[in-house]
Amino acid sequence: MNLLAVWLGKLTLMALRALGRRGNALPGLVVEKVFPSFLARAMARLPEGVVVITGTNGKTTTTKMIATILGERYRVLTNDTGSNFVRGAITATVEHATWSGELPYDVAVFELDEAWAVRFVALVPPRRALLLNVMRDQLDRFGEIDTTAGLLGAVAAATTGHVVLNRDDERVAALAGRTTAQVSYYGVAPELRALFPNDEELYGGPVFMSEHPASAELRGLPAGEQPYITLRFGGADHEVLLRADGPHNAQNAAGAVALALTFGMDTETVLHGLRNVSPAFGRGQSFDIDGRRLVLQLVKNPAGFRQTLRTLDGVTGADAIVVAINDDYADGRDVSWLWDVDFTGLVAPAIGDARRSTSGTRAADMAVRLRYDDVSVDEVEPDLEKAVRSAVEAVPEGGHVVVFSTYTAMWALHAILLRIGQAA
Amino acid sequence: MKLIHLYPREMNIYGDTGNVVVLARRLKWRGLPVEIAAVSVGDPLPHDADILLGGGGQDAAQGEIGADFAGRGAELRAMADDGLVMLTICGTYQMLGHEFITHEGRRIPGVGVLDIVTTGQAERLIGNNYVDTDDAGRLVGYENHSGLTDLGPGVRPLGSTQLGRGNNGRDQTEGAVRDNVIGTYLHGPVLAKSPQFADDLLRRALSRRGRDTDLEPLDDSLAEQAARVAAGRPR
Ligand SMILES: [Zn+2]
Repeated sequence: MNLLAVWLGKLTLMALRALGRRGNALPGLVVEKVFPSFLARAMARLPEGVVVITGTNGKTTTTKMIATILGERYRVLTNDTGSNFVRGAITATVEHATWSGELPYDVAVFELDEAWAVRFVALVPPRRALLLNVMRDQLDRFGEIDTTAGLLGAVAAATTGHVVLNRDDERVAALAGRTTAQVSYYGVAPELRALFPNDEELYGGPVFMSEHPASAELRGLPAGEQPYITLRFGGADHEVLLRADGPHNAQNAAGAVALALTFGMDTETVLHGLRNVSPAFGRGQSFDIDGRRLVLQLVKNPAGFRQTLRTLDGVTGADAIVVAINDDYADGRDVSWLWDVDFTGLVAPAIGDARRSTSGTRAADMAVRLRYDDVSVDEVEPDLEKAVRSAVEAVPEGGHVVVFSTYTAMWALHAILLRIGQAA
Repeated sequence: MKLIHLYPREMNIYGDTGNVVVLARRLKWRGLPVEIAAVSVGDPLPHDADILLGGGGQDAAQGEIGADFAGRGAELRAMADDGLVMLTICGTYQMLGHEFITHEGRRIPGVGVLDIVTTGQAERLIGNNYVDTDDAGRLVGYENHSGLTDLGPGVRPLGSTQLGRGNNGRDQTEGAVRDNVIGTYLHGPVLAKSPQFADDLLRRALSRRGRDTDLEPLDDSLAEQAARVAAGRPR
């Protein structure tokens, strides 16, 4: 590996840290400018190559699951900092390389957003790819959903070894025709399929039922006192206690297992890895603030927001709910998508008297949206810290605050919460 | 009052279903009964409706409903002549015109309700937008389209675009109006942050039936605040 590139990246990282900055794009940018082929060469030396995970929803959690499962057998390099761009990958690489230029890893597992995945695979053809789903998200960048599907198609086409597809997403399943790599599928059992509607199905379109056999299939969800999910793979059903809530994470677990199986990993190792997965940043992370529990939930598109609202037991029993909507570039400038989410559930009796507030650059937009679903709003406070503080002050000690937040608001909130409280 | 929601399954990707929600709630809050008729491919168009609403879809979805829509041409023209209030966004706005000429040069006939022609191009016009109108003040929304629309003499522009690109990126016009038929590229959905526009549509529909057009005022301060914020955001 190019020693100069490693040193340049490491020194940039050190300089940033000396300045007290957490940045992870700049070192990558510097190395990319000076040594454009650095990443491709570094990745080519990994014995098991690169795994790319992309799709609209579930990338971060699924990447974490895969890295944890593969970690049972391999030394895994992953971009677990939440930065999902080429530069983040370069930064991760130089950060983890030794000063003598060695990269002591067997495999790299990278989460990439759809557009960046295309740029990345043009530089570094991945050996494996996991393609999750295509939902309406960031249409201000991609134009329309079929365009996003085309981006995933380019990733499938560039993958050299094995592509794992979500058989239950019609657009993703159709990408089998776009690749010469081996293809396998993951999925949910037909009885569970209705719990995972895509955007079209939600508007009354027919439910797409796939014919493809799945190498890992979600067959059961926690119910009542029974906390296990059931995954079928390797010819048997397995009960797993998953530390990430909700049906969509259970579905992601099936995807992670299907990907791990392409490494020829045995059932026991896969199960052991899966049990060790902890929640990803911002996906249900909780904080303690003056004796109140605050849970942070990332929401970034209609399908994700709907799932989170529907499946989050945390909302039931919440004493205060904050919805923080930013419209910065990384969130999507267009907030029309809020109208594809049904909020009438927020007036259900179980949470009927929770205090509700909105925050972020589009706090007023969000309040208008709630008002048109007849959900009353107690406060509209664009400033994130003020909104969180007044929510916390309004609930009794031992009380419970749920914060739904878009991407950039979540990063800002994370810093605020660590300052005014502590991670629980 | 009866609202037609045209192609709710196919033409909905940019939140335009919100326009139906906004009108229905504004009627309900005033104690006025409202009924929503969803019209999908093959369904008959109700003839006793007051307002027809249609949204934007994927280019492919526009293809799926194209034949069905074309088959309703005579009916839609008669309804427009009869003063039916229509609010059509993006894809349905384009299809109300004479034709859509795709980027590849294919000509897809429209229904000719509006005197407009749309030409596809590779670049999409995407971003926050606000539009100043004579009838309903400032409309605030979001545009996302690849078709460029030119207006003929049979329509007037809905307004002039300030922040965004509008009908075609050249003449600052946005949307088109004839009688009670309105087309626009504003998603958002447009009625969410333009409550006076929503009420203007309701008044048009009431007046067409010869009914009292006085609408009980609603507290729209949140929508006005949201509109001010949105108009000040980067494109
Ligand atoms: Zn559009």
